Amino acid sequence: MARAVTNNRKMINTAAAWCIGLLIFFPILWTILTSFKTEAVAISDPPVFLFFDWTMENYSVVQERSNYGRFLWNSIFIAGGSTLLGIIVAVPAAWSMAFVPSKRTKDILLWMLSTKMLPAVGVLYPIYLLFIKFGLLDSILGLTIVLMLINLPIIVWMLYTYFREIPGEILEAARMDGASLKSEILYVLTPMAIPGIASTLLLNFILAWNEAFWTLNLTAAKAAPLTAFIASYSSPEGLFYAKLSAASTMAILPILILGWFSQKQLVRGLTFGAVK
Amino acid sequence: MGQITLKNVSKSFGDTVVIPGADLEIKDGEFIVFVGPSGCGKSTLLRMIAGLEDTTSGEIVIDDKDVSDIGPAERGLAMVFQSYALYPHMTVRKNIAFPMRMAKLDEQEQEKRIQSAATALNLTDYLDRKPGQLSGGQRQRVAIGRAIVREPKAFLFDEPLSNLDAALRVGMRMEIGELHKKLKTTMVYVTHDQVEAMTMADKIVVLQAGIIEQVGSPLDLYHTPCNKFVAGFIGSPKMNFFEGADAAKYNAHTIGIRPEHIAVTTKAKKDAWQGTVGVAERLGSDTFLHIHGIPGCDPMTVRADGDVAVNHGDTVYLTPDVKLIHKFDEKGVRIS
Repeated sequence: MARAVTNNRKMINTAAAWCIGLLIFFPILWTILTSFKTEAVAISDPPVFLFFDWTMENYSVVQERSNYGRFLWNSIFIAGGSTLLGIIVAVPAAWSMAFVPSKRTKDILLWMLSTKMLPAVGVLYPIYLLFIKFGLLDSILGLTIVLMLINLPIIVWMLYTYFREIPGEILEAARMDGASLKSEILYVLTPMAIPGIASTLLLNFILAWNEAFWTLNLTAAKAAPLTAFIASYSSPEGLFYAKLSAASTMAILPILILGWFSQKQLVRGLTFGAVK
Repeated sequence: MGQITLKNVSKSFGDTVVIPGADLEIKDGEFIVFVGPSGCGKSTLLRMIAGLEDTTSGEIVIDDKDVSDIGPAERGLAMVFQSYALYPHMTVRKNIAFPMRMAKLDEQEQEKRIQSAATALNLTDYLDRKPGQLSGGQRQRVAIGRAIVREPKAFLFDEPLSNLDAALRVGMRMEIGELHKKLKTTMVYVTHDQVEAMTMADKIVVLQAGIIEQVGSPLDLYHTPCNKFVAGFIGSPKMNFFEGADAAKYNAHTIGIRPEHIAVTTKAKKDAWQGTVGVAERLGSDTFLHIHGIPGCDPMTVRADGDVAVNHGDTVYLTPDVKLIHKFDEKGVRIS
């Protein structure tokens, strides 16, 4: 009897999980489907779900009109660069907070996170002026720095949470075993922290890839990443849903594939400290 | 050599004084056990010797050298932690080799020492496994192996058996004891388990609230505890204490009598304490009787024979062995 109840509950949970999953995934699915429709079918009422004449026309038009490759490379450089730069800055910060905490460590962590609650538009004007002054407007370097800074609190928090999971006694054992600080970091801490560093890299790469506010406001043509590529098809004077969807699909596909293959790492990274 | 001397060593965390000032002499080759209740500062004292905690004041001298300001790596000591603290990403072989690798010992010598430690600790078949694939006892052996290969001046053990089950604990206790006899290296061992302390130590250091209450051999501490705290802490089940009229008869503020020094009978006896049996814990070899109704000491614990014919609710008469009564003044200090 108890077994039957458990199985029923399991089935309900699975069905509910699938429903929620599909609900969340539906906009992406709809975008992908629309990208294979003609403009007329894309705006037809009632909407057509699966039974239409599938076409690749939108993709070829988008590829003809814009240089997808350049946008893609810009996205890779900006997302990759800002994540790597962020890790380089965040590792020592998280390290000292986790292993040599002061009375104010918790306050500093909260303060760092609170900066994420500030509406980005609130600092657009000063940052825009700074970009003009330092000649960083529409540059990959400028955007990399800004994205690194806006994601830094999350990187530090994630690494801090992960480092806190490493038992202090293991580090003390290394010290007792005659390890210098360098050897302790190189041979004991880093190998133990690699999964955490990897998932932090991954999540922040995705966050930087999807960032649209700063990438749209601080770039024009030269350093524009895929977010700008999508936005260029959102035209106020005409409804080109199919082409917009094709551009969106091309922009999100790389990150979708990356996310799909690394979901295990991502979930692990996000649940550090929550699940033993 | 592994002679360790503590000279007025103190430790404070902010305004909290953990160790007000400890003096101790540990001779080369001795097996010393720090024992005391939780929070008494025994682990802090060990960690100060190890160099993992700074001293607030005082000196720690190892083999005539003041090491108070020297880091743990240069003190020449090895430590075994309660949680084993093995490197999870390394195999047993690499774990054991780690301190030698840090000391840049040549490969041949490393392998020789690894084999010797593995043989001594029955780890030969597990050298290529990772710690996650070992049982608790095996992990603790690896931790000991990692300590042995350093050939340290002294071994420091911080409650190394606490994570093991009871049966394994007894086995490992004997193994550590035998290891000490074989290596003849100084060992400083921290435990809250007084049975471990009594069975393993050459000398026991009893601590309370950061203060060293008494230092002595296990039997010294058992027979002549210097105060009421040590008398109550050493011995299992713990000593029974009386105050008031019973103590006054012996010209003391408090008297103490161990459960094994009390005779029990069901026959009425003049001048004996009369009480009622509460719980009778039968261990086979002994029976621990918890007696109620004795003024000044309720419940009183008595250690009787394993097959004593006394049960819950029985009236019993108890007579202490007068020669083995411990007397204490109002401050709890031993009289005579």
